[in-house]
Amino acid sequence: MVRYLGFRVLQAVGVLWAAFTVSFAVLYLLPSDPVSIAAGADAGTPVDAAAIEQLQARYGLDQPVAVQYWNALSHAVRGDFGISISTGQQVTDAIAAALPSTLVLAGTALVLALVFGTAVAFLATYTRAGWIRSLLFSLPPLGVAVPTFWVGLILLQFFSFRLKLFPAFGDQGIEHVILPAITLALPTGAVIAQVLATSLQTTWRQPFIEAARAKGASRLRIQTRHALRLSSIPAFTIAGVIVGNLLAGSVVVETVFSRAGIGRLTQMSVMAQDIPVVQGIVVFSATVFVLVNLAVDLLYPLVDPRITHGGSRGGTAAAAEEDPAHGDTLLEVEARV
Amino acid sequence: MSISSSSASRLVVTAAATAVLGAALTACGSGAAANSEPTGDPQPGGTLRYGLSQAPTCADPAQAGTNQTIYVARQVVDSLTDQDPETGEIVPWLAESWESNGDGTQFTFRLKEGVTFSDGTPLTAESVKKNFDAIVNTLGGVKAPQAVGYLSGYTGTTVVDDRTAQVTFSAPNAPFLQATASHQLGLLSEADTAKSAEERCAGELSGTGPFVYEDYQQDKSATLVKRAGYSWGSEAFGHDGEAYLDRIEFTVVPESGVRTGSLASGQLDAISDALPQDAPQIEGAGGRILTTPNPGIPFGFQPNVSRGVLADPAVRSAVIPAINRQELVDTVLGPDFRPATSTLASATPAYVELADVTYDPQKAEKILDDAGWVPGPDGIRVKDGQRLSFPVLFSSVFAGNQAILELVQQQLRAVGIDLQLDLVSTPETTARQNAGDYEASYYNSTRADGDILRTAFGLQGRNINQRGPIPALDDVLNRQLSTTDPAARAELIAQAQQLVLDNGLWIPTVELSQAIGAGPNVADLKFEASARLQFFDTWLSE
Repeated sequence: MVRYLGFRVLQAVGVLWAAFTVSFAVLYLLPSDPVSIAAGADAGTPVDAAAIEQLQARYGLDQPVAVQYWNALSHAVRGDFGISISTGQQVTDAIAAALPSTLVLAGTALVLALVFGTAVAFLATYTRAGWIRSLLFSLPPLGVAVPTFWVGLILLQFFSFRLKLFPAFGDQGIEHVILPAITLALPTGAVIAQVLATSLQTTWRQPFIEAARAKGASRLRIQTRHALRLSSIPAFTIAGVIVGNLLAGSVVVETVFSRAGIGRLTQMSVMAQDIPVVQGIVVFSATVFVLVNLAVDLLYPLVDPRITHGGSRGGTAAAAEEDPAHGDTLLEVEARV
Repeated sequence: MSISSSSASRLVVTAAATAVLGAALTACGSGAAANSEPTGDPQPGGTLRYGLSQAPTCADPAQAGTNQTIYVARQVVDSLTDQDPETGEIVPWLAESWESNGDGTQFTFRLKEGVTFSDGTPLTAESVKKNFDAIVNTLGGVKAPQAVGYLSGYTGTTVVDDRTAQVTFSAPNAPFLQATASHQLGLLSEADTAKSAEERCAGELSGTGPFVYEDYQQDKSATLVKRAGYSWGSEAFGHDGEAYLDRIEFTVVPESGVRTGSLASGQLDAISDALPQDAPQIEGAGGRILTTPNPGIPFGFQPNVSRGVLADPAVRSAVIPAINRQELVDTVLGPDFRPATSTLASATPAYVELADVTYDPQKAEKILDDAGWVPGPDGIRVKDGQRLSFPVLFSSVFAGNQAILELVQQQLRAVGIDLQLDLVSTPETTARQNAGDYEASYYNSTRADGDILRTAFGLQGRNINQRGPIPALDDVLNRQLSTTDPAARAELIAQAQQLVLDNGLWIPTVELSQAIGAGPNVADLKFEASARLQFFDTWLSE
């Protein structure tokens, strides 16, 4: 177990380093530079080239790229991502200020997504009415396909601008979180419903269900006591993907609903090519992703005692191999990632 | 998280929002005509809720570059002088009088009595000195490029007595007087001038302005409250004493459809960057769109005279009459915009209308014929095997740019010129301008003083034209720096406008306008001379 943990921590460090390096390379390769953007702004006043050079020197952008990379990396390791080029704020302060808003949004959306995703999957596999079943099975693809910003604008149009039930912007109280959370929960809930429904279908075809049925268990009892627990493992596997979805979705949702969270900070800093802030957010997001996946792997044995962490292999692969019945579901999930 | 598609998706969002909202409006069937402002005596009190289109980047007026930042920061500081938005004249604000020496190297300001900063300290000549020193020494060209540009050649401020400050320059700087009216040179308390650039951005600032920061949250919101006891307003203001509004709450609402919907549903009182297509919905809810043309350089092409076909002066002169500017305005922008009529925008002091900036395709064809450019097989002219074709570098920093340039493309094609559109991101525009990598660059530039001609077309600085010396032009651009007599300086700036056009250094198209959406209860929301918002006279009706 200790060896396994050590291996996973090393793996996590590798993932974080890769995320940091790739984002640095992408930002560095973009045309222009953050200083010209900050200096040019939109006021339309042309800026002196000497001032731009001075500004570049201040942020170390005049150094060779290898030196810039090394400086950024060595500071990042110590948790120091420097200061934002466009606002002068400490990057860690900017992220800390934006975090609560995103946590509330993503947390509410996650609860909604779990409740509705599970309900749709449960009903779709439980019902025997063919048309309800096909209707419910068509909901998850629809939920994934509908553009998030469109859903957000439609909700705003009816519930805020016309019915005036909810405010259109801001992030103070519970009334501010409902519409954006629904918008963000839709694609996430759809993924949960999709994976869970497919898994439930597979489970229902297994011999032990036949056995349960032969013993006279009701359909409801089989679904709740036998099928659901086993089928929830694949859904559990994609927890990392779900968290990723929520973070990515917050970019659009927070812009549409004018919430000052991590998503909008991402959008603004990418537009301004504010390298320190983008790097900070990338490393933060990667950390969350890595931690969630690690937690999931460590919790597997609690949900399914057949899974153990004896060897040096990763949890997901181990689960797939030791649980052949769910092999194809898991492959599907991995393809999605 | 897609990086490259974020700007594209924003456009889609806007388009989708417009479609959704437009449809909703048609369904309601409200077709109200343009609404008038509330009338009657101004009523003090109330909170104005304002929707900004982007987050302010900094709370400090001296470091404020974007319009959204300026809308907030402008309200907390007063400047030494103000500029009358109607006449462009410099009028007293914190300085009750001023004088300058003949060549524009020394300016002496006599301050009003009894002015205090919101931290309780009095405004003195020492405050003026500390502020200007801090801009040059603490902020520098790095953090406050515009402010430092205004103070170019600054050697220091002498405190003659408590209320008299003398500002000296090592070289003539006549435009400095207009610059003292800018928000960048607005005055902060002495305690604030001791802070670092980053500390000044955080929002705990004390100005002498009609409003005071109550709260400033980077990227999110700002709240201003009225300064009690304010009695030193500018002569350009509409009333004496305190501001009418008790509070102004600025919120960042990035999506234009959401801003418009929030205004129309009464969740906001005024919004930035109202689009022409939002007008029916805003007017349908009893509101209106306030517009004002920007002073400075209108939109236009700045040719790189060292490259391609635009190196031929005849081609540059031929493009000017080949553009039908009225058609650009009528087709793409609507009635709130104006065609350009000079190399300066009409709202700039010392602007003169230039007869050559008119549509005359025959003239364009004649210039090209005379220069030996003859129509080729595909209608595009050729000379010595070279096609009359050039690319223009532009960004969508203003939403109408692409549509305007597509129409210009058709207009130029009619006289045998092939225009290629090279759309890049705003940052890339700046980078390619600095690298000299373009044949023509399309943009505009805002400042309420003719010195912008020197910034844009002078040999020093960025020299986007990539030109060599033009003695007549260089002479007037330099002489206006050392001419403090307003009439004599206006004459030089008039000559400069004509010379910039005659040398084909700018091919103007249309003037930029600001468009602010205001709800039915908002009165006297005004623009100052640089087309930025001034909330001092604004009031809310019941």
